[in-house]
Order: sequence, then structure tokens, then C-alpha cells
Amino acid sequence: MNMNRAVPSGSLSTWLAGHHGASRELRFYARVFARSAASRLGLGLVLVFLLMAALGPWIVPYPEDARGAVHLDEKLRPPSVRHWFGTDEVGTDIYTRVVLGTRVSLRIGLIITLLAAAIGVPLGIVAGYIGGPLGETIMRVTDVFLSVPALVLALAIVGALGPGITNVIVALGLVWWPGYVRLVQSKTLALKGQVFVEAARAVGTGRLRIVFVHILPNCVSPITVKASMDMGSAILAAAGMGFIGLGAQPPYPEWGAMISHGRNYLPTWWWYSAFPGLFIYLTVLGFNLLGDGLRDILDPQSRG
Amino acid sequence: MLGYLARRFLLLGLMLFGLLCITFVISHVAPGDPARLAAGPDATASMVETLRVQYGLDRPLLVQFGQYLRGVLGGDLGRSLRTRETVASDLARYFPNTFELVTGAMLLAVGLGIPLGILSAVYRDTWVDQLTRVVSVSGIALPAFWLGLMLQLLLALELGLLPLGGRLGLMATPPAPVTHLLVVDAILAGQWRVLGDALAHAVLPTVTLCFPALASIVRVNRAEMLETLKQDYIVNARAQGVSELRIVARYALKNAMIPTLAMIGLRYGWMLGGTVLVETVFDWPGIGLYAVASAVSSDFQPIMGVTLVIGLNFMLANFLVDLAYGWLDPRVRPSLST
Repeated sequence: MNMNRAVPSGSLSTWLAGHHGASRELRFYARVFARSAASRLGLGLVLVFLLMAALGPWIVPYPEDARGAVHLDEKLRPPSVRHWFGTDEVGTDIYTRVVLGTRVSLRIGLIITLLAAAIGVPLGIVAGYIGGPLGETIMRVTDVFLSVPALVLALAIVGALGPGITNVIVALGLVWWPGYVRLVQSKTLALKGQVFVEAARAVGTGRLRIVFVHILPNCVSPITVKASMDMGSAILAAAGMGFIGLGAQPPYPEWGAMISHGRNYLPTWWWYSAFPGLFIYLTVLGFNLLGDGLRDILDPQSRG
Repeated sequence: MLGYLARRFLLLGLMLFGLLCITFVISHVAPGDPARLAAGPDATASMVETLRVQYGLDRPLLVQFGQYLRGVLGGDLGRSLRTRETVASDLARYFPNTFELVTGAMLLAVGLGIPLGILSAVYRDTWVDQLTRVVSVSGIALPAFWLGLMLQLLLALELGLLPLGGRLGLMATPPAPVTHLLVVDAILAGQWRVLGDALAHAVLPTVTLCFPALASIVRVNRAEMLETLKQDYIVNARAQGVSELRIVARYALKNAMIPTLAMIGLRYGWMLGGTVLVETVFDWPGIGLYAVASAVSSDFQPIMGVTLVIGLNFMLANFLVDLAYGWLDPRVRPSLST
């Protein structure tokens, strides 16, 4: 009985001893991160928007307003206690729509970023680790994709596929990956020459195992930093497509589309476009500052 | 240097070929039927079939690619369903306006960004630095189209200081086209009132478009200046009593400019992308507005034309940046040419 109790507590203390370094490192990271006011602001903003996205329907005053409700007697009211951000041309509450739009925009940003990473990271590893003519081809194709502004190429793809929110996400995901190839390729090349990778190869470790056990975990930090920044820019780009009129269609609460509609009601009904734009700005700002802060702790050499 | 130049040219040609491959894949291989795309949303089945045969879209892909290359290199970019003109002539009409806007915005971004970056690095952690950092952080996060609208709201609609949009006021008659750049043509013709009007119309779009680029130029320039000012040769120059102004202007700036220049090249491309949104906000008659108007009315060939023109411009800009690189830093030449 005593033996049984001794074994887990013994292994717990060894576990703690083994991870003492790791938890100290974690606390060190947290301290570095917390030292910068910008990083704290970034984290705070991102957390607020994540909460807003998670709790959206429960914290807004008029949840039915994001589903096409119409209250013509309330149309184009200025900001007030009842309608914090005013109402639009069919009388729906702009605060409700903007808050519910958080979920839409974060989801769009996340899908685009994941799609880009899912295409870019494997290509980058192949180009960096295997190299040769295949790697060279991947890098040249990447260069070509990087030579057309993402927004323009996405516009061309949406032109071919037709407008709509899904096609915008597909198009932006398809043009967003080259950055990941560049990043992962250069990181892989650097890692490949390191002693621990050479040692792994010397003891006969297979290619796949080297990639998954030794290379990929070491690429996680820069990828995380880039992904955080990309969340911001992807949200911005998708809102741009919505603004042009190719993305989400009303009554879907998408920030870019809301600004585009509100544009027709400037200058008298300024709140219609002003608040969705403010939300885009704060979200993107949050992800950028968070990315900066993460870079400072995860990848200090590449600060720029 | 000649070998370096030749390699750069070869690379430019290869990139251009790659770009044509991408546009071909989007326009011919994408799930949307190319004949249907070219015919537009209102075409009947027989019209689509006629187009399919006329454009050779019923032939093998490789043959189509050959035809496509021959067409594009010969200046045939198709026809716009909306304007009923050839895409090439539309682009020729709208591109100078975009060029003026992007060039003006870039000059402004470089002209403000580099001094701000230097000031921010030299007066590190003072209020100058803090203010610059707010600008550079906001510039990247602000949606350009929204910033444009808010500037319009404030400066054009509320205060009435600047025109709302467009390229020229209704009362102004454009000067005889020589360079097709309105500002230059107005100067050449000596029409100062038209020039003033054209510049007034350009203020808001230029500022809006310049902001994100300004932000990243400041950021990179500041970081590089800080890094350079720490180097031994700067410490040495200081120890020898070289004046601070001379150290910054003569010794540090040139080295700090190399990464900044790369950022300028990159940002030029982003600007060409951003111009699509900014032109839409300000009704600026450039290729961005043309692309958006075409995209909204499912007019496919103009979008591909705009993609090609913007891609080509971006490639040329990066080509020039590469050349400037080699000029600024002789060490770069061998490493870039491999």
C-alpha cells in the first residue's frame, strides 16, 4: 500500500525536478512579455475580442438584428443609451451587428491563416530540407506569387470563382501561403546544418522523423509569431474584399461590408461606417501588438 | 556589375513567365468555365459556344497556353464587356492616374518615413520616438479604406477643405495629354489652376495610401539606425570627434538604408494592392477602380489585365531595388547574383 503511494509521489517529484527549468523559463517569458506595455495592450485586445466572439449572442442587446430583422421606425438613429453605436437604414442596432461581426471576422482570419500555413509550411520544409531541383522550383514559384500583391491576386481569383464569402476565404488562403514557405525554408536550412540534426542523421534517424521531431518543433516559434501578425492582415484583407462588395452580403454582419453600406450615409449618419472600422482597427492592432510581443520572447533575433 | 545586371534581367524574364502561368491557370483552368467567364453573366449558351470556338478554348490546354502567351505579348488582353473597349486601351487610359497616385504616395512615405525613422532612433525613448511608434503601429492596423472615408468625412464633408473625390473638378478642363500624367501635363501646358485642382484632388488619396507604407518604412529605418549606431565604426568615429550630424548622415544612414530599401520595394507592391481600395473610396479613375468595377459586374478579362499590369510593375520596382542594392552595398553583388 505504502509502495503504491510512494511511486506516484516519487514520479511527481521527479517530474517537477525535470520540468523545473521549463516552468522557470515560462515565468521568465511571462516577465519579458509583461514588461512591454504594447504587448500587454495587444494581449488584452485579443482576449477582449476572443471573448466577444465566444459570447457574442449573449452579450448583445438585440441578437435578432444580425439575422435580417427590420425596425423601420428606428432607422438611422444616432448613438444613444438604447443604441450605443446608433442604428442603420433598416433600424437594426449597429452595436449588436458589430459585436456579432467579431466572430465572423476572427473566423475568416483564422481560416485564411490556417489554410496559408497548411500550404506553406510543408512546402517550406520540403524546399529547405530536401532542396535540389524540387526545392529550387518551390522557391521560384513562391517568388512569383510574392511578386503580385495578395489583394490583387485574390481579386483575380474571386473574379474567376465568383463573389461570396467562401470564395473570398479560398482566394485569400490561396495567395497567403508564400510567406510561410520563405520563413520555414530559411529556418529549415539553418537547422539542417546544426549539430543535433547532423547527429540524428548520423545515428540513422529517418528523414520523416528528423523533420517531425527535430525540425518542425523548432519552427513553431517563428510560425506562431507570423500567424499572429497574419491574423491581423488577413482580417484586414477580408474586410477590404467585403468593402469592395465581393465578400459577405447583407444582412450578414461583416465589418467591411457594413462600412461599404454606411459609406452611402456619410456625413450625416457617420456612425454607420465609423464603428465597424474602429473594431477592425482595434482587432488588427491587437494581433499585431501580440505578434510583436511574442516575437520579443520567442524569436528575439529577428526583431525588426 | 554587367554579369549581375544580366542575371537580374534573366530572372525578371523568368518571373514574368511565371506570372503569365498563374494568370493562365486562373483564367483557363479554374473551375469557372473560361468561355462563360469571357462571355459574361448574361450570355446565352450559343454565345458561349461561339466564344469557345473563337478563342480556341475547345483546344488542348498547351495549345491554349501558346495562344495566350502570343496574345498577351502582342498586347491583346481581351475586351471589357462593361466599357466595350479593349482591355489594353482601358488600361492605357487608367494606368497613368494610378501611377501618379502610387508614386506620390511613395515619395511622401519615403520623404517622411526616413527622417522620422532617423529622429526616432537618435532621440530614442523620448516623446519623438513614442509619437513615431504610435504612427507606425497604427499605420499597419488601420484599414486604408476606412481611414480614407474618415478623412473624407472630416476634411471634405465637414470642413470642406478638400474635394471629396475624383481626379479633377467638374469645371476644370484637362490639359492636352502629353505624358498622360495630369500633374505633369498641367505644368507643361502652364495651366496652374488645373494643376492646383489636380493636386487638391490628390491630397486625400495620397495621404491615405501612404500611411501603411510610411508606418513600415519608419519601423524598419528606426530599427536599422539603432543597430547601425551601435557598431564599432560609429563608436570609433565618435571617439575621433566626428560631429553627430555627420555620423548620422554620412556613416550610419547609408548602411541603414539597405534593409529600408528592401522594405520600400516590398511596400510598393502593397501599395499597388492597396490602391484598389483607396481608388474605390475616392473615385480615383485608376486601374484599381477599373478592376473593382469589373469584378463587381463579373467582367473577367479586365481583372486579369490589371493583375498582369500590377504584377509587372511590382517586378520592375523590385528589379530597380535590386540594382540600387548593388550600388549601395558592393558586397551584395556576388551574393545576390548566385
